[in-house]
Amino acid sequence: MKQKERILKIRNLDIAFTTDNGTVNAVRGVNLDLHRGETIAIVGESGSGKSVTTKAVMGILAGNGKIQNGSIEYTYYDFPPERIAEVQTKYNGIIPDGYPRPEERKTVDIVKSTPKFIQSEIRGRRIAMVFQDPLTSLDPTMTIGKQVMEAMRYHYKMPKQEAWNRAVELLRLVGINDPEKRMKNYPHQLSGGMRQRVVIAIALSCDPEVLICDEPTTALDVTIQAKILELIKEIQQKKDLSVIYITHDLGVVAKVADYVNVMYAGRIVEKGTINEIFYDPRHPYTWGLLASMPDMDTSGDELYTIPGTPPNLLYEVKGDAFAPRNQFALHIDEKIAPPMFRVSDSHSAATWLLAPQAPDVQMPAELKERIERMRKAANWSPEKEVSYAAELHKGPAYDDNNTDDVETMEVNA
Amino acid sequence: MDKSTLRYIMRRLLISIVTLFVIVFVLFLMLKLMPGTPFNDEKLTEAQRAQIYASYGLDKPVLTQFFIYVGNMLKGDFGISFAIQRNMPVAALVGPRIGISFGLGIGAVFIGTIFGLILGIVAALNRNHFWDSFATILSVIGVSIPSFVVCLLLLILLGVQFPVLPVIYNNSAPFKSAIIPMLAMSLGVIANVARFTRSEMIEVLGSEYILLAQAKGISRRRLIWMHAIRNCLIPVITVLGPIIVGLMTGSMVIEKICAIPGLGSLLVKAIEVRDYNVILAISFLYSALYIAVMLIIDVLYGIIDPRIRLGKGDA
Repeated sequence: MKQKERILKIRNLDIAFTTDNGTVNAVRGVNLDLHRGETIAIVGESGSGKSVTTKAVMGILAGNGKIQNGSIEYTYYDFPPERIAEVQTKYNGIIPDGYPRPEERKTVDIVKSTPKFIQSEIRGRRIAMVFQDPLTSLDPTMTIGKQVMEAMRYHYKMPKQEAWNRAVELLRLVGINDPEKRMKNYPHQLSGGMRQRVVIAIALSCDPEVLICDEPTTALDVTIQAKILELIKEIQQKKDLSVIYITHDLGVVAKVADYVNVMYAGRIVEKGTINEIFYDPRHPYTWGLLASMPDMDTSGDELYTIPGTPPNLLYEVKGDAFAPRNQFALHIDEKIAPPMFRVSDSHSAATWLLAPQAPDVQMPAELKERIERMRKAANWSPEKEVSYAAELHKGPAYDDNNTDDVETMEVNA
Repeated sequence: MDKSTLRYIMRRLLISIVTLFVIVFVLFLMLKLMPGTPFNDEKLTEAQRAQIYASYGLDKPVLTQFFIYVGNMLKGDFGISFAIQRNMPVAALVGPRIGISFGLGIGAVFIGTIFGLILGIVAALNRNHFWDSFATILSVIGVSIPSFVVCLLLLILLGVQFPVLPVIYNNSAPFKSAIIPMLAMSLGVIANVARFTRSEMIEVLGSEYILLAQAKGISRRRLIWMHAIRNCLIPVITVLGPIIVGLMTGSMVIEKICAIPGLGSLLVKAIEVRDYNVILAISFLYSALYIAVMLIIDVLYGIIDPRIRLGKGDA
């Protein structure tokens, strides 16, 4: 059993941007967990705050953005250099059970850390990021080799020759042919798919524990998309990486994620395992997202879209931010924002529809039909779902408890 | 420098020579169309005038004159002065002034570019703070006030009120004499370069590759020096060309004000007295310099921006 130790714990995160028009509350009370080796997805429309949340983790919020409240606790191992080498040679980079000594395990709150600490200890070194547009995310005036070597040279003070060899290895790992030659190339000499591979190689260069992929395949065509996703998955298994996918593409989510967080207007509105989100969605917004996903079996001539647009976060949101677009909205939605209601150990959703007093509302018939079909194809039922939370808890003794600090309400269903 | 770059430069040089030839031709025609001649003395009789024309070869058809001129030019002979220093070879008249004018221009470009770059970069890094406002105000002043006005102000301040620097060019103290005109000329350069650098830098800082470099966790200093400045320099270099050329022509008035024995003042005088050969020689020099500056900038551009390098790799 692989360790499922929690390495990232975000609580009540509020992020606001000061603009000429006023303050935009881009992230409003986000709770998020990431465990070692796990792949989570943050799904939502543009402007829902998914990118902002992860940029806050990396400490690269735009100049006018500020964390107002909350904590981002990150747990890592501060091995002395000789121990890093030991772990890498002896255990192929994977930390074995019980191996790290207690004094080597550290938890820091990124919100309270100095920018210098985040820059030199965390960003790029322990938490790395893959960006959306490979065509614009490489420096046009620097060779591929230099760009891949840069982080290693900086963080580990690696000698040039060693960094060069490692960079060649990395390029080979991400599937670039003739890496020695490519090292001397400039970005414009590579295709989009190759450039994204380079971006991934850069992210992996310092052997990070967490990889944040911000829409890594949006700018690529579909055949390349699948290859890049495959590549990230493969590397994740090789290196025991924890991955956060930020995407609006449920197709990508279905392929890669273990756990899904659905975000809307700066808030997480539903979270659950991949099966729970796809086969047993509870939030009307998730219903909308699923219904608007094209499907081979869908008979409709038109693709479903969620009516309306997300709220402007310049203004204070009263009640449930999704209520104006929600055909199932209740009166209470306009007054009080719903808390997270617990569906299962791993599944919860922020909608008053789950409150005990709520009327019995079913998801739209067409979606229900489709989900039934999918459930049958996958031979899935709620009872068969293995408790994800329990799996997470099976970790070693030093793993702290996982769910107690998330505010959830019991559903008496 | 690799083969393709050399081939590119050779091709550009060839085109430049043709361009220069065309420029000389057009100039030649325009000078002949100009009313009056170098020998406008009312005391001269028709016969005397015809004799002078014949002795200088000005009685021949214009095209013939042109080919004779070009033939001599290729041999390095730019003719003699008709009016300013009668019968003095133009090369001897223009030669010593080249150093003075270009020294002044290069100095102004150097000061202007360095300070313009620093100001623009600092402004972009401290957006909407003190240095940004300072740079903006200075840019507006520098762009809108002509350099000769600045020159006059500096002369009043540093030459008359606090007489630390000479007002009139002093041949025995060429460096000291050049300070005021150089400063006056560089203000416009500072303004233009700073304005352009600032907007470029802001654009570069907002780009994806800066975000990625930042995500690598490198230091801010490295981020600015290795990634931001290099990328923002590329477009700045392209505006330097016109600025340098602008300085060369713009310095005429300043040379006149400060009585600097440079090319500009000589050109103005030569036009006044229709000294054909002097006008031709100086204009030719200016054109050649313009073409050379543009060529150098294009080559530099290729060195800094790998995307411009021609026929290399397998893009």
